[in-house]
Amino acid sequence: MTGAREEVLGRIRTALGERRPDVAIPRDYRATDDRPAATLLDVLVDRLEDYKASVLRCGPDEVGPTVAAALDTGLGAGWEAASVVVAPGVPAGWRPDGATEDDGRPAVELAAFSATLTGIAVAIAETGTLVLDGGPLSGRRAISLLPDCLVCVVEAAQVVGGVPEALPRLDPNAPLTMVSGPSATSDIELQRVEGVHGPRTLVVVLVG
Amino acid sequence: MTTAPERDLRTDVTPLAPGAPRSGTTFLGLPTAPRGVGHLRGDQSFPEAARTALRDGQLRANLGHATSTIRRKRANVVGEVPDWEQLRQAGKAVKTATMARLDEHLVELERQVTARGGVVHWARDADEANAIVTRLVQATGADEVVKVKSMATQEIGLNEALEDAGITAHETDLAELIVQLGDDKPSHILVPAIHKNRAEIREIFLRTMQGVDPELTDEPRRLAMAARKHLRERFLRARVAISGANFAVAETGTLAVVESEGNGRMCLTLPQTLITVMGIEKLVPTWRDLEVFLQLLPRSSTGERMNPYTSMWTGVTPGDGPQEFHLVLLDNGRTAVLADEVGREALHCIRCSACLNVCPVYERTGGHAYGSVYPGPIGAVLSPQLTGVEDNASLPYASSLCGACYDACPVAIDIPSILVHLRAEHVEAQEKVTPEAAAFRVLAKAMSNPRLWHLTQRVAGLGRFLARGKPTMPAALPPPVSGWTRSRDLPAPPKQTFTQAWAREHGGRR
Repeated sequence: MTGAREEVLGRIRTALGERRPDVAIPRDYRATDDRPAATLLDVLVDRLEDYKASVLRCGPDEVGPTVAAALDTGLGAGWEAASVVVAPGVPAGWRPDGATEDDGRPAVELAAFSATLTGIAVAIAETGTLVLDGGPLSGRRAISLLPDCLVCVVEAAQVVGGVPEALPRLDPNAPLTMVSGPSATSDIELQRVEGVHGPRTLVVVLVG
Repeated sequence: MTTAPERDLRTDVTPLAPGAPRSGTTFLGLPTAPRGVGHLRGDQSFPEAARTALRDGQLRANLGHATSTIRRKRANVVGEVPDWEQLRQAGKAVKTATMARLDEHLVELERQVTARGGVVHWARDADEANAIVTRLVQATGADEVVKVKSMATQEIGLNEALEDAGITAHETDLAELIVQLGDDKPSHILVPAIHKNRAEIREIFLRTMQGVDPELTDEPRRLAMAARKHLRERFLRARVAISGANFAVAETGTLAVVESEGNGRMCLTLPQTLITVMGIEKLVPTWRDLEVFLQLLPRSSTGERMNPYTSMWTGVTPGDGPQEFHLVLLDNGRTAVLADEVGREALHCIRCSACLNVCPVYERTGGHAYGSVYPGPIGAVLSPQLTGVEDNASLPYASSLCGACYDACPVAIDIPSILVHLRAEHVEAQEKVTPEAAAFRVLAKAMSNPRLWHLTQRVAGLGRFLARGKPTMPAALPPPVSGWTRSRDLPAPPKQTFTQAWAREHGGRR
């Protein structure tokens, strides 16, 4: 395919000609959000709930019980801990007793779990977005995709105001997933309906 | 709405004469998208197809309902961003900078993707891209693929090419699925089934989905659940996925797909092999540039602060997702667009479809009338440039030049100016004198001579008798004038012209 490569590049050079003006990018849009951290947490909660995610807030010492409450919210009482798959880097104190740690089994087998517990890399308050980065805390992409209920633990220090503050915190080469609410579609008469192929339930535990 | 002068318009469905070129070229000799493959040319001119569409009351009702819903949502979420205009101008500048050094950015993207375990392929046109993808799928031994909604693969007719090779392509986006099951054509960039309402979608599902609940109602949630059930098993067994890309970052090799349902994540995560087909214009130079587009795109397209899922990946990640990744870079007429200093701005498009939703022409005719997978205002400037303007000669006229598209465009593409530019190109391409051209030539002569002009005005004033006191001339004037008045209001001449009024009020003074 070298022929096609050289030909397409040659066409571009012909089309552009010799003159290649340098274009300045005006970046006078908001780069930071100066609102206090507590306000940003409130904004994050508002945005998440607006897109039909549930949010439970707790202090740093109450994460374990709050995760259990989050699973009650997502699955109803009486869920089995073994049917919850956990990203390998999730701290022991967050996990329900008896939950299954992701062991790298074939991805499609993850569909058998009823819920997933992960941490996140960054949360964007303004858009209600959680970013998972494929690291040990977020887990590989398939675990936050196949089970029908996703529980994410967000720590206050991970919350930024807007998109421009989030990207510098991320590795562009990591497998990134930005999650804003449960899976949804607007394909029927452009009305938003929550819950299609991804997790139909998203519960966020916000710590701090 | 203005329409092109009535005449035979060339289309690509007519068989080519032996020895005829398969595609046109621009003045720099750059080839446009070839005929006979893909979906950039309709089998009717816009005015003909629009007349059919306008007679369909159900279609107009569906479109009116859907576009007004999305306009309201978009206005709300754009209104809450205080620096929207700054973001728009930044987006425009990033795209201008991308195009100015497109060759360098593509080479850098190739280097980065390759370094991370991906394989990059280059395709001069639709045929070459289809052949590459078919060969790659065949090499895996799979006879079916799952697809993420992608404009580029629709443009090149990939599904048909795969079918010819015995490979079944399953569309997994809900609206694409509706179109595929209904044996229909997409009519909107974002929501290809926008022309169907919930009752029609229910009917398609009941008719075509095996094992669907016969009690299925037309409630959107129930319809979405039926699609989930229908596709679940296909996702889990798929070995090959095909996607497009919303963005590619040259400096890092990162690819991005922006979606809502999670079908994209399924395709990008579960299969062993991922093949991404991307137009060469879709890249941005730096990682930081995404901070602009990830704010502009969701608010402009679905009217959300952020779409539910955005996936980003670079090459192959061991232990996470597809272990084989191919990126096909597609030209198919894009370099011909790039050669036009005015028209190249159409390559800045990020496929949000905001211009469709605000367009008074699109809202009434729907997307099928445009004949191309790119409908609406952006389609009217993009399709004729990709194919060469004479292959889509009626599209630059499919606009009232009201400018709503320019205002809505998140990267500030000046669509009305490109439309006018393409109209001029079409007029200059005419070898024979059209009645319209002849009329304007006579008018130009009259307007360049004061005596002739005043005489013309006095003669035209007689038209008031035809108007019989109404503000506009009757539509049923004899040909060739009817060619103009059938789709346009021709104002009745005033009692007094401006120069007569001036002379009366100011005497002989100038």
